[in-house]
Formats: sequence, structure tokens, C-alpha cells
Amino acid sequence: MSVPVRTLAVMPTTRATTEDRSAVRTLLRLWPYVRPVRARLFTAAFVAIVASCTGLVIPLVLKWIVDGPVADRDPAGVWLGALYLLLLGIAEAVLFGIRRWLVARPLSHVEAEMRAGLYGHLQRLPVAFHDRWASGQLLSRGTTDLMLLRMFLAFPLTFLLVNGVTILVGVVIMLMQDWVLGLVILGPAIPVMWTCAVFERRYAEVARRAQDQVGDLTTVVEESVLGIRIIKGFGRHRSQARAFRELSVTLRGTELRKARLLAMIWGVIVTLPELAIGAALVLGAVRVADGGLSAGTLVAFLSTALALRWPVDSIGFLLAMSQEAATATERYFEVMDEVREDDAVAPREGGQARAADAGLRFENVLFRYPDAPPGSPPLLTRIDLHVRPGESMALVGATGSGKTTLTALVPRLHEVTSGRITLNGVDITAMPREELRAKVAVAFEEPTLFSTSVGENVLMGAPEGAGRPDLDRALAVAQADFAHALPQGTDTRVGEQGLSLSGGQRQRLALARAVVGRPEFLVLDDPLSALDVHTEAAVEAALRQVLADTTALIVAHRPSTVLLADRVALLSGGRIAAVGTHQELLRTNAEYAHLMSGDFEDTEDSR
Amino acid sequence: MTTTTASTPTAEDDELPGPQGQGTGSDPGDVFDRDVLPAPPGATAALLRSLLAPLRARAVVTTLLLLLQQAAVQVGPLLVAYAIDSAVPAFREHRHGPLIAVGVGYLLCALASGVLQFAFIEASARVSQDVLLDLRGRIFRHAQALSVDFHERYTSGRLISRSTTDVESLRELLNDGLQELVTVVLSFVYISAMLLWLDLSLGAVAVASFVPLYLLVRVYQRRAGRVYRARSTAIAAVIVKFVETMNGVRPVRAFRREAANDAEFAVLNRRHERTNGDALLEMARYVVGSRLVANTAVAGIVLWGAYRVASGSLALGVLAAAVLYLRRLYDPIDRLGMFLNSYQSAAASLEKVAGLLAQTPSVPEPAVPGELPPLKGDFPGREVVFDGVRFGYRTGGEVLPRFDLTLPAGQTVAVVGATGAGKSTLAKLLARFYDPSEGRVLLDGVDLRELPVPELRRGVVMVTQEAFLFSGTVADNIAIGRPDATREDIERAAKAIGAHEFISALPDGYDTDVRKRGGRISAGQRQLVAFARALLADPAVLILDEATSSLDIPGERAVQRAMSTVLRGRTAVVIAHRLSTVEIADRVLVMEHGRIVEDGRPEELIGGTGRFADLHRAWRDSLA
Repeated sequence: MSVPVRTLAVMPTTRATTEDRSAVRTLLRLWPYVRPVRARLFTAAFVAIVASCTGLVIPLVLKWIVDGPVADRDPAGVWLGALYLLLLGIAEAVLFGIRRWLVARPLSHVEAEMRAGLYGHLQRLPVAFHDRWASGQLLSRGTTDLMLLRMFLAFPLTFLLVNGVTILVGVVIMLMQDWVLGLVILGPAIPVMWTCAVFERRYAEVARRAQDQVGDLTTVVEESVLGIRIIKGFGRHRSQARAFRELSVTLRGTELRKARLLAMIWGVIVTLPELAIGAALVLGAVRVADGGLSAGTLVAFLSTALALRWPVDSIGFLLAMSQEAATATERYFEVMDEVREDDAVAPREGGQARAADAGLRFENVLFRYPDAPPGSPPLLTRIDLHVRPGESMALVGATGSGKTTLTALVPRLHEVTSGRITLNGVDITAMPREELRAKVAVAFEEPTLFSTSVGENVLMGAPEGAGRPDLDRALAVAQADFAHALPQGTDTRVGEQGLSLSGGQRQRLALARAVVGRPEFLVLDDPLSALDVHTEAAVEAALRQVLADTTALIVAHRPSTVLLADRVALLSGGRIAAVGTHQELLRTNAEYAHLMSGDFEDTEDSR
Repeated sequence: MTTTTASTPTAEDDELPGPQGQGTGSDPGDVFDRDVLPAPPGATAALLRSLLAPLRARAVVTTLLLLLQQAAVQVGPLLVAYAIDSAVPAFREHRHGPLIAVGVGYLLCALASGVLQFAFIEASARVSQDVLLDLRGRIFRHAQALSVDFHERYTSGRLISRSTTDVESLRELLNDGLQELVTVVLSFVYISAMLLWLDLSLGAVAVASFVPLYLLVRVYQRRAGRVYRARSTAIAAVIVKFVETMNGVRPVRAFRREAANDAEFAVLNRRHERTNGDALLEMARYVVGSRLVANTAVAGIVLWGAYRVASGSLALGVLAAAVLYLRRLYDPIDRLGMFLNSYQSAAASLEKVAGLLAQTPSVPEPAVPGELPPLKGDFPGREVVFDGVRFGYRTGGEVLPRFDLTLPAGQTVAVVGATGAGKSTLAKLLARFYDPSEGRVLLDGVDLRELPVPELRRGVVMVTQEAFLFSGTVADNIAIGRPDATREDIERAAKAIGAHEFISALPDGYDTDVRKRGGRISAGQRQLVAFARALLADPAVLILDEATSSLDIPGERAVQRAMSTVLRGRTAVVIAHRLSTVEIADRVLVMEHGRIVEDGRPEELIGGTGRFADLHRAWRDSLA
């Protein structure tokens, strides 16, 4: 407990997978994204192979020059040879250019598509998923991981193939020129491959750890910004910086391990082929001396061997990049494999809705968070509640009794565990979420505004085509007329999360957003908590008119808010303990009276 | 705009932004909006220098390793030339020595290059990781030191972008880029020297080819720089949108913003895609150009060399070596491109980081740290004096006209007033989230500006209504108030505030991770945690800004009961819309349009006919 903030920060949200996995199989999952650009990608790879092989032909021309015109003292032949070289050189340059040109846009496109896919998917994942995942971890998947993938598609993928083919062709050329020397050159192939295999396995592990640690670091950065007022308020920025430092030191350690592995493979990959070339040189020189080999062949042979150095050397880092790409893919699909809110619609039962079912009805609803520890008691049990059409129902309960959770069930931000909720007799699971959420407008206690204009923020709650009059009306209801006095009026942009407005201002805008679409059903979660008494009274007066013909469920902490409603439901011990008017409950229910006045200490609720 | 921009407080909290109010970010030319905070000229280079300076010795060693490694690698063709021109004829005369020397030499070079390569990668990783560690830390610490008003404008997404993607591009530069550069420069120098030494005229042709290459590099550098700056801005915009959506996923869901968000995100994402593609295409152009120059030069040199071998003025071995060297000479050109690539990308990122680091905190730490005098009585409270304080935006909007106010040690003061009356600004001046435009805020006679942060926070702590929880356990979150607190201290604070019950009911009690299974904590409960935090901090002056807005009435009562004991002897400023708070106050200030219009004991004011009496009546009615 000496430095609690340390533990605050060090909380990995994901674990590195330890089970055996094949990098290739993981990377194959990228195929659906690569598929649309496959033609270009394959063409590019083909062009690269041709270009690479063109490079390999150059030593052969050299050999021809040395053994032919040079040996024959034929200046004209020399000119011809040089011309060939020039043409080959131009061809090689242009081909490499074409390769890059072919993939430049498509690969950026693949990256963008994957990012858009991730974003769209995340938006549609259940809210419970977001409760669990730090957004830093999500963000690092959407940025660094995807950049790694683009780089993988641009280089390692193509060049593992290209270099493989180049090495193969080069080896064949060398074997054809002189098979003994060729075999000598091939000598280190097996140990190099073995090293690569060992390396790949170890590197995969460290790479994954590093990427997760980057995600954790991102989380700390994000929290330190979102919680800046608390950190400042308590003067904790030093300990926060310490926590950050510890995490980054850990990351540095992991990166250094990665570097050591990389250094090892580089060392091996540089040394072994060079040794083989040395051996081939000595052996070749002996055979040239014996007259068994022409000088031109030896020059061409060594030139080819040296031309293969880069393809061989590069294998190490190409494998490393592929490994990181595999890890990135794994992390990406970890999120993409999460199941979205499914849009399947349960069949509507029972044809015509009965009049008695009109309004908002909870029937025997039970709710437990899907990720709650097994065996824990449900948060809500046997909730039966009927809000009649046009009626406003206040929902009252002690702090933490599950009021907010209950309201989140209506727009299906969370799914009931059992039981059902009906709107005018129709089960909410029997209508598409779009339709449901269009019918039910919500104002959250924590009023989040988006980085757009005030007007757009409010009109989000309205159907297409809503305009100025709707906006003005909604602002008037929510007593948010201050919006007109902002520098650009309702076109004023509010910053990220609307932080440049006060809590009360944001709350009123959120309320305006909830009422702007004249919704049939309204769910308000303690919508007036940040308002002063006068403003609250004004909002209430205006809201009363809106509520006159709206079916509403309003979470309330205070008598003033409760009085907006026709009836009150008391949530206690996970159940609706009592329903009635404010006055009735005040008289008959001790817990309610306690909640509303704070008196009656002896009737402390027994939850 | 100058670097002092950040010190312009934003219109926020319960202030209505004036007509010239800053901070709404709607000015299209706004540096915050366009994500181009100005950095003084040369700041980027200075930043890079200062990052590398402490590692100079190790950087030199690293470069030395690479130098030796390259030397070992570049000996190869020389040995080939020697083998063909000397060792082979010697061997024919049955002198085996030269060839054995070639073999041994090659063996040694191969081993040396491998070992040196290993050593170099290790050493350079250390250097680059240390630079990154330093840079990450600097960004983080600086961002933490910048004042609240800066954060309100800069947005968390951008800050995250600075410390992730921008640091990442420097990592690429350091990891691969610098190695590429040194390799390229070294092999250019080595090989040109070798060529010149082998044969002056051949070498001269090779050196001449550097001129078009240099021009090519210059052109590329200029064009790529532009593209990369655009790309860095584009990815930051993507990140901002991403973060905003994920943090507001509930309203996104409830208001069916998914499709609209997809569309908005697509625009930003496409902009990034385009700049990304532009960058890759620039690279493609460069590669074609440089390869063309290189291959033409090779053809020229071969022509010239072969011609001279044919005419007998050049040894065959020399030509062979020259050709082998030539292949190597131009090999790294692509890699030079890669270096320029990562350099441009890192430069664009560093520019943004430098812009961030150039922001001066508008609430700076004192140069000469002062100290609070010892407590006068045996109670923890201290006297607060607002001495001729005035506060306004730099652009002109005045929020608090000049005023004087003294809060005696140990007094509990309730501040009430309508939205926009300036209550929060008053509180923030006292908490030193802002500094006054004029005048001083004194704590036991010491200007807040003279107090270093730890001393300041022993003096003043503020609890706001937004009760953010950090990932970690509940206990950790409370312990933010006092990191050295024991578990007993933490539980005592939680009990005092009435939070103990709900915390004990969590799956792992105080050790429940707020982000893990069953760790969901309601808004009201979060406020209780925030309170416990403040209690634990045990400050001389406690400011509560709407700190009970999400509590139910019994919860609020419990907090108030706790407060009346906790606040005894402490100086406290309580801002609340619920006038129940007033019951524990010794004194009430009523604010209107930034002025204190009523000041007195609660009973006096309630009994009077002023604004407070009005407010109190309205509040009483609301409790009906």
C-alpha cells in the first residue's frame, strides 16, 4: 500500500495468450480484408519477383563481359554489355517503382477498412464489453496494431515471398554455374532455418507482451487526462508520473528483450552465409588456379552470392515483423470476435396488443450482469412495474440500489436476464434496436456531449428532418437558452465530451436532447442533479408539459423531482417494494420516507 | 497565437462564456482545433538534441560498433580482388600462403561482422529505448503539469496520440532509421574510398553519381515532410474521434449514433488513408529515381572499367572488386529512403510533441518554493484571504470583478448562487486551478503561487462533482487522497462518509477492481469514494464543489453528519445547490454575476428579506 497509485496504473486488461498458436494461421485471418486488393497485391509480388530476378541476371551479364569481350579485347562487345546492363538496370528500377505504386493506395485502404471495421464493431458491442475494457487497449489496437499490419502487408508479406524466390533462383543460378561451389553456399541453410524457427517462437511471446504493455501505457495516459482534476486536486501528478514511469520502464525491459532476440538472429544470419562465401572464395580460387573454373564464373558466382546477401540478411527482421503482425492480428481479432448486440428480432407474439398492456411494462424482470461472479445474487429480481401510457413514474431507491441499471434495460443497453419488458404490449426484444431506441429517449445522469455543435448535439435525439423550431423548443423546455448566448449560438462546438460547459449546462443540453424528438417513452436518470434550485424549478415547470402526454420513467433522488411524476416506485433489495403517489408512500412506507427526508434514522434500509 | 495561448482560461464550469469567450474551439483558425500548437523555431531539433545529449557516450560507442561492423563487412570484395589477382597466380606457383591468408581473413571478417552486429543491435536498442523512456516521461509529466484549462482544450485523444503514435514514429526512427543512416553514410564513405583507392577514375565516376542522388534526396525530403505532417494530424483526428466514441458509448447507443459516427469516422479515416497513400507514393517515386541513377552509374562504371581491362590498363581482379563494391554502394539507397521515411514521420511527430512541450503551464510551480507557517491553533484549519483578486479571460470577459474576502481559519462557508454566478471560479482560484488576473490568494498569509504542489495540497483539496475512478481497486482510488495511508486509514475514511457498507458488499470488498467483474459502481457511490478520498487527504482547507449532487438524501445527510465532525476546525468552502448544506455552514456567501452580494450567518440571512431568504424558501418548497 505504500504507493497505491502504482497499482492503480498497472492493471493489464488483456492477458497474453500462452497456448500454442501458429503465426501463419493467425495471419490468414487477414484474408477477408486483403481479398479486395488481392489482384494488385499479387501483381505487385509478381513484379517484385521479376525485378529481383532481373537484379540476379546482372552478374551473369558481368560474367559474359569478363569472359567474352574483356578476355577477347573486344571494345565493341564491351559497349554492348554495358548497354545490356543499363537496360536491365532501368527495368529493375521501374519494376520496383511499379510494385510500390501498385500497393501504396490499396494497403492504406486495407488499413483504413480494418480501422473502420473495428470502430463500427466497437460501437455495436454490448455496453458490458466497454465496462470491462479500458479504452486505451482498444485504441492501441486501432492505431499501432493496424499500422504494424499495414507494414506487414507492404514488406514482410511480399518480401518473404520475393526473397524466398530470389534466394531459390540465385541458388539455382549458382548451382548451374558450379555445383560444388553452389553446395558450399547452401551449407548454412539448415542451421539458419533452425535458428529462425527457434527465434520465431520466442519472439512471438515477447512481442505480444510488449504490445499489451503499450496498451496499458495508453490506458494510464488516458486516465491521467480524464481524471486530471482529481490528480490536480490532490496534487498527485508526481505519483501518477511515477506510476507511468514504472510502466514505461517495464515496457523498455520487454523491448530490450525483443532487441536481444533480434540481435541474436541477426548475428547468426550475418555470420553463417558470410562464412560460406569465404569458403566458396577459397575453393573457387583454387579451382581457377587449377584451370577448372573461369575467372568470369568466379566473379559472377561471388557477385550472385553477394547479391543474395540482402535477401538472406533480411529474413531475420522480416520474420520479426511478421511475428509482430501476427500478434497485432491476434489482438485485433480478440475484439472483433466479441459478439455484437445481435440484431435478430424475436417474433412478435399474440397479434393485437391489449389495451391493458399499453405503456411501459416490466414483467418478472430479473437481471444479473453477464460478467458478474457466478453464484452472486442478481442485482434486480422479480421486477414488476407498469407505467401507464402518458403516465410519469418516478423511480426512487437508495444509492446503488440498481435504479440506473433498471433504466438501462429499457433501451436495451443491457439485456434482461429473464422476464420481459414491453412497450405497448410489444416485447422490446421483438423490435429492432433502432426502432426501440427511436421510441425511447434517454437522458443519462452523466451528460456526455459530443465534439460537434450544440445544435447537433441536441438534434441527435430527433428524427431526421427536425429543424430549428424543434431545437428551440427543446432548449426552452430544458432551460438551456444559454446556448443562444454562446459565441456562435447553437452552432458553437462543444469540446471533447463538452468539457468546456459546466455540469449543469451539459445536463440541460442532455435533457434537451432527450425531449427534442417528442418521444413516446422517456427515461430520465436523475436528470436535474446538477441544477440549482431556481433552474430546477424552471425545468420542472417546462418538463411537466412535456410529460403530460409522455410515458416516462424518472430516476429521482429528491422530492422536487419526484413531484414531476404521477406515481412513485420504490426500488429496494432488487425489487419494486412499493408503488403509489408520493404522499401515499410518505405516509405508509418508512424506507421511502427516510429516502425522501433523511430523517427516521432507525428505519435505515436493510439492503 | 503565441505560446501563452494555453493560459487563457476556458469558459467553463458555471460561467457563461462571454461574447469573446475562448474555449469553445469553434474558431476555424484556432491552433487547438487544427492541432498545430506553435513551437518556437528550432524546438524540434532542440528536443531531439536534448533527448540524445545524456546518452552521447553510449551513442558514440554504438556508432563505433557499427563502424567496425561495416569495416568487417566491406573487406570482403577486397579479399576477392586479392584472391583473383594475387592468390590465384601464387597458388599456381604452389605458394599456398596467400590463399590461406584469404581464407583466414574471410573467416575472421565473417565472425567479426556477426559478433559486432549483435553487439551493435543490443547497444543501439538500449540507446533508443532510453530516449523513448525519456520522451514518454517528458510528455506525460509535462501534460500533468499543464493546467486544467489546457486539458479542456487539448482533448485527451490528442494527448494520447502524442504519447503513443508520435512516440512510436520516433521509435521507428531510432530502431531502424538511425542504423540505416549510419550504415548508408558509412558504406558510402568506405566504398567510395575503396573505389578511389582501387582505381581513381572508377571511383570518380561513382562519386559523381552522388550529386544527382543528393538532389533526389533533397526533393524527396521536402515533399515527404509535407505529407507526413498532414498524416500525423490526420491520425490524431482519428484518435480523438475514436476515444470520444468509446468513452461515450452509452449515449452513442441510446441515440442511435452508430451510423452517423461511422460516417464521420469514415471521413477522418479516409483523410488518413489518403495522406498515408501519399506518403507511400512519395517513397515509390524516390525509389525509382534513386535506382535509376544507381543502375545507370553501375552500367557506366562497368563500361569504363571493362573497356580499360580490355585495353590492358586495368587488372581484372580490380574490376571484379569494383563491381562487387558498386552493388553494395547502391544497395543502401533504398534504405536511405527508409531512413528519410522514418525521419520525416518522426520529425512531424516530434514537431507536435515539441509544440506540446513548449506550452507553459498557466499555473506554474514556484521558482522558489515557499512553505506554510506552522499551524497556529491545535486545529487543522488555515485562514484564507482573497486580496484584491480579480479574474477574467485574457480576451477580456471579466468573470470576477475585483473583490476582497477573508475566511477565518476553521470556518465553514457555503457559497450559493445561480448557475453562472462565479461560484466555481472562486473555488478554482482557491484550489489554484487558475491564478487570479490580479491580486493574490493567501493561505495563512502565504501566496498560493509560492507553494510547491505537495505543500499546496496539504493546504487545499478540492472535490468536484465528476467523480472519476481510475482503474485499480476501490482502496487504491481512495488512497489517492493520501498515498501512504494504511488500510485502516482508508476504511476509517470510508466509514466516516458512509461508503463502507457498499464497498464491503462488493465482490472483493476494498480490493474490488473497479473495471473487473462486479466492480460496477454507481454515480452516487463514486461520489462517496471521492469524499473518502478528500477525507483521507486531511487538508487544512477543503473545497466541495457540487460534491453531493448524485447522492440520495440519506446519503447526503450521512455525508453532512460526517462533515460536521470532519470539518470541525478545518476551513471549508462548500458549493451546493441543495441548501441543506447550509445547515452545517457558519457563514453563507451569495454570489451573483461574479460578485458577492450577501454575506452573513445563515440564520441572519434566512430571517432577512434578501436573495438567500428567497432561495431558501424555494428550496424548502422543493422538499415538500
